Amino acid sequence: MSNTAANLIALNTIVRREIVRIMRIWTQTLIPPAITMTLYFVIFGKLIGSRIGTIQGGFSYMQYIVPGLVMMSIITNSYGNISSSFFGAKFSRAVEEMLVSPMPNWVILLGYVTGAVARGLVVGVLVLLIALFFTDLHVAHPLITFASVLLGATIFSLAGFVNAVYAKKFDDIALVPTFVLTPLTYLGGVFYSVNMLGEPWQAISRANPILYMVNAFRFGVLGISDVHVGVAFVVMLGFVVGLSIVALQLLKRGVGLRS
Amino acid sequence: MSPTPALVVDNLRKTYSNGVEALKGISLTVQPGDFFALLGPNGAGKSTLIGILSSLVNSSGGDAQVFGVSVNKDRSEAMRLIGLVPQEINFNQFEKPFDICVNEAGFYGIPRKIAAERAEKYLKELRLWDKAQMQARTLSGGMKRRLMIARAMMNEPKLLILDEPTAGVDIEIRRSMWQFVSAINAAGTTVILTTHYLEEAESLCRNIAIIDHGTIIENTSMKRLLATLDVETFVLDVDTLPDELPNVHGVTLRRRDEHMLEAEMARSHDLNSLFATLSAHGITVTSMRNKTNRLEELFVRLVEGGRNGKEQAA
Repeated sequence: MSNTAANLIALNTIVRREIVRIMRIWTQTLIPPAITMTLYFVIFGKLIGSRIGTIQGGFSYMQYIVPGLVMMSIITNSYGNISSSFFGAKFSRAVEEMLVSPMPNWVILLGYVTGAVARGLVVGVLVLLIALFFTDLHVAHPLITFASVLLGATIFSLAGFVNAVYAKKFDDIALVPTFVLTPLTYLGGVFYSVNMLGEPWQAISRANPILYMVNAFRFGVLGISDVHVGVAFVVMLGFVVGLSIVALQLLKRGVGLRS
Repeated sequence: MSPTPALVVDNLRKTYSNGVEALKGISLTVQPGDFFALLGPNGAGKSTLIGILSSLVNSSGGDAQVFGVSVNKDRSEAMRLIGLVPQEINFNQFEKPFDICVNEAGFYGIPRKIAAERAEKYLKELRLWDKAQMQARTLSGGMKRRLMIARAMMNEPKLLILDEPTAGVDIEIRRSMWQFVSAINAAGTTVILTTHYLEEAESLCRNIAIIDHGTIIENTSMKRLLATLDVETFVLDVDTLPDELPNVHGVTLRRRDEHMLEAEMARSHDLNSLFATLSAHGITVTSMRNKTNRLEELFVRLVEGGRNGKEQAA
């Protein structure tokens, strides 16, 4: 059997195992984000949004925040999936099953990232379906919508992987979402347009990678964005490449995995 | 032309980041088809060596070749040839034994259909088939160890490495595990075993290396090593024993229970005087066997001898 065929089987094995894991604990992986986002739609979209009226391009506040909330759930779930799954494998030493096998590092990384992106996409579709109970949505640019979701989920899957590699205890994988991911998400233009901010906050906001993901996705769905969509894709691709290199280097050096 | 050795370890060194020198340039060769014992006290470097062979530990120098394939230069190809049963339980306890085995095969690029057939075969051979669809965490300690053997067999390795596979396992399960591993070895798989149960190593292994403080202090055939033992101990089953044991010149007698006696003597000592004295004291020997802890005596002697030598040199 060729190495390519063997690697594809190994990749399929990791992805399949990750998806089985997601479905096995669906009450922890799929339901909580759906409930949280429903509350956001009710409180921010319906109750507060009705008092705000229209925002940027004549869209209702509810319509405006839907893309941001969908992206927010995709990001947090992709990140949470890979960080808990890979750290869990490290903690239980089950990761050794993969480390002693002939499969190359990129297969391990791609397998885990694919699993995490899959969870992000499933949660994203769930949240989008819930959003349709509250507002009408017409996807303006389907390809851009899909590409931005895919890149956003990939970036945070890779970031979650790096976090899990360095983590020594379960607290370490909760640290980044609490102190980095959540603030960046809230300040990433999910609930407002950065054009509403004065300087220097507008300039500071543009250093936030989540701003580009939210706006690329918003452009895909609504056709409006605070940033140039081309720039958003360049930034996202840059993060994918950069984080992939970091993750592969960590695997090659065996940081936290091989002694 | 001699066959390619199953394992060649060449001047392998490992110094951990905390400065501990776990392996100080060890070299050894394991021939294909061998059942090889790698023994040593705790902290001797056995697990570090196995870690390097299975690529879980990065070496600091030297190389190891598995059937001619360098672990350093062609890790993937070398790993295809190895099956590892580690010391610690290292599978996801929330998965089912069947899935654990099938997934393991998947990591080696084995198609799912073949993987499922092998999982059934090895789980049946290791008497785990009735537990195949239960969560692994519900298995007993012995079952978990057998599951790790089944998992290690999924890629049908040419070299099977067992790192203390019977630790904490009861005698019945230990015997069934050894029956399985002996059959695997008889079918051509090279086996490397580390264990603290030295009678296991003595009865199973043909060649042996003893490692201590990161160096090989003995590397020879089991037969040759045991032949160096100048003292032999026999276990005698007797009809009954008097309160006071008779004195036999050159023999130390120890009572194990009312019907069992241990006799320790120099290998050169004849047995006739022992039997004559026992008979004269009305003790009838009904059966007799060699005590199978000869390796243990040698092991202690070698390890202690090595340490005393180092202390004197210091």
